[in-house]
Amino acid sequence: MQDRTALLSLIVLLVLFPVFVTQVEAISHYLDVMIFVGIFSLISMGLSLLMGYAGQISLGHAAFFGLGAYTSGILCVKLAVSPWLAMVAGPLLTAVVAYAVGVPSLKLKGHYLAMATLGFGVIVRIVLNEEVGLTGGPSGLSDVPGLKILGAPLDSELSFYILVWTLVLLVLVFCLNVVHSRIGRALRSIHDSELAADAMGVETARYKVMIFVLSAVLASLGGSLYAHYVGFLSPSSFNLLFSIKLVMMVVVGGMRSLWGALLGTWLLTFLGNEWLHVFKDFDILVYGAILLLVVMALPEGLVSVVSRLGEVRKRGKESAG
Amino acid sequence: MSAMDARRHQPSELLHVDSLEKSFGGIRALQGLTFSVAEGSIKAVIGPNGAGKTTLFNLITGLFAPTGGIISLKGETISGRRPQEIARLGVSRTFQNVLVFGRMTVLENVMVGRHIRSRASILSTGLRLPGMRREERQIQARAMEYLGFVGLEDRAREYAGNLPLGEQKLLEVARALATEPKILLLDEPAGGLNTRETERLAEIIHRIRGRKITVVLVEHDMNLVMENSDEITVISFGQKIAEGKPREIKKHPAVIEAYLGEEADYLNSPAGRG
Repeated sequence: MQDRTALLSLIVLLVLFPVFVTQVEAISHYLDVMIFVGIFSLISMGLSLLMGYAGQISLGHAAFFGLGAYTSGILCVKLAVSPWLAMVAGPLLTAVVAYAVGVPSLKLKGHYLAMATLGFGVIVRIVLNEEVGLTGGPSGLSDVPGLKILGAPLDSELSFYILVWTLVLLVLVFCLNVVHSRIGRALRSIHDSELAADAMGVETARYKVMIFVLSAVLASLGGSLYAHYVGFLSPSSFNLLFSIKLVMMVVVGGMRSLWGALLGTWLLTFLGNEWLHVFKDFDILVYGAILLLVVMALPEGLVSVVSRLGEVRKRGKESAG
Repeated sequence: MSAMDARRHQPSELLHVDSLEKSFGGIRALQGLTFSVAEGSIKAVIGPNGAGKTTLFNLITGLFAPTGGIISLKGETISGRRPQEIARLGVSRTFQNVLVFGRMTVLENVMVGRHIRSRASILSTGLRLPGMRREERQIQARAMEYLGFVGLEDRAREYAGNLPLGEQKLLEVARALATEPKILLLDEPAGGLNTRETERLAEIIHRIRGRKITVVLVEHDMNLVMENSDEITVISFGQKIAEGKPREIKKHPAVIEAYLGEEADYLNSPAGRG
C-alpha cells in the first residue's frame, strides 16, 4: 500500500519533470541527466535485491553493465545486427557469464562473491582494452546506432527519457512484487540467518545465484540502453570505480529498500554529473564524506528519513482523528 | 518393563539413528550412537554439556554430514543429504541459540516456514499472476493458524527481533511447524524461560503430539523432560549411556554418575523429581 502511493508519486514526478525542466533554460539539460539516472537505476535496483535482500556484495556490476553495452555496440557496429536484437543478446550473454561466475562463489558462505566479482571486473577491463579489433581498445567504440521504433528514430532526449523510465517502472514493479512474495521472504531470511533458512528448506544457494543473475541481467540491459543512447563506448566507463559507485548508490539510498536504491542513484548521479563539478578532482572526497555520514548517522540510508517522516505524519493523523 | 508396557501397541519407528559418528578434527563428538524414535512419541535426549546433543540435531537436519553411520526417516536414508531435502522429507527444528529472522515480522517468519510447501516461481511472483496471489493468501492464512497455535497471533505485525526471548522460542516452534514436519526437533526450548512460560511450552508440546507429529526434545530442564517424555536417551561424551522411561532413567546408575556432583543433585532435587 505504501508502495502504491510511492509509485504513483514517482509517476507524477516523472511526468512533470520534463515539462518543468524544459521551461527553465539553466536546467534544460537535466533531462539528459535523468536518462542516466534511469539507466543506472536499472543496475542499482538489481544490486539492491542482491545486497539488501540476499545480503551479497558484488564489485563487478560495472563489468556486467559494460558487457551489455559492448555486446550491443559490437553487434550493431561490426555485424550490423538490429539494435533491439542486440538488446536481447546482451542480457542473455550476461546471464550465462553471471551464472558461471556466481555458481562457484555463491556456494561458499561469506563474501566470496565480492572477491570473485572484483576479479571478474578486472578481467573484463583487460579484455575491453586489449581486444582492439572488436572493442576498439582504449580509444573506444564509436558510432553505435540509436534505437528506432517502427522506423521512427528515438533521437530526441524526451523519447529516450520515456523509453528508459518506462523500463525502470516496469522493472521496479517486478522487483517490488518479488520482494513481497515467498521469494522475497526467502532472500531476506538468508540475510538474517542462513542457517535457519537452510533448516526451513530454503534453497539458499539457488536463490543467491538466481538474484545475482537477475541483477547482472538488469545491469546488462542498462548497458545496452547506454550504448544506444550515448553512441560511444570506452573501457573507462566500466571500471572498478564505477562498480564501487553503484554499490554506494545502493548503500546511501538505503540497502533494504528498492526505493532507497532509486533515491541513491538519483542523488549520486546528479552529484557526479552536475553538482560536484566545482570540486574538480576532489569530488572523491565529497563522496567519501557522504558515505561516511550516511553509514554513521543513517545506517538504513536516506530513504529511512522519508519513511520516518511518513510515520510521523501518520501518527499525527491518528492522534488528530 | 511391566506387563502393561509390553501389552501396549508398539508404534512404528519413525527416525532411526544407527552407529552415528561425527569427528571435528581430532575431537569425536559422537561415537557409535544408535537409537530410534517411535512415531507419535515424545523422545527426550539428555546429557551433560558437550555430550553431543546439538551435534546430533545438526546431523539429523543435514547441516553437518556425519563421519560415519546412517540416519533414516521411515526407512529412507537421510544422512548425507542436503538440509533442504531433509526439510522437505519432513524434519524440522528449532535452535538452542534462537535463530529467528530478526528483521522480518513475526508473521513473515512463519511464512518462510511455508516456503517448501509453496511453489510460485520468480516470474509468476514478479508478474503477480493469479495463481501466485491465491497461493500467497493461503501462505498467510496458514501462517496465522500456526501463530495462533503457539498463541502469538497478536504479535503478527511486530519485528521478530523485538520479541522477548520466550516468545522468540515459541515463534521458532510455529515456524518449524509451518513446514508440516513429520518430526520436530526442539533444541533446549525451555532454556531461558520462566516457570509459567515452561508450562505453556509443555502444553504446546503435547498439542504438537496431538497433531501426530513426533517430537525429539533436547533439554536441561529435568522437570520438563521427566514429566513430558515417553522415552529418554542419555548421551555422554558422544555415546549412549542409558535409555528408558523417565522413572527408569532417574534411578539409572550410569546416568547418576554422568551427572555427578551438582547435576546429580539436581536430578534428585524437588524440581528434578517432578
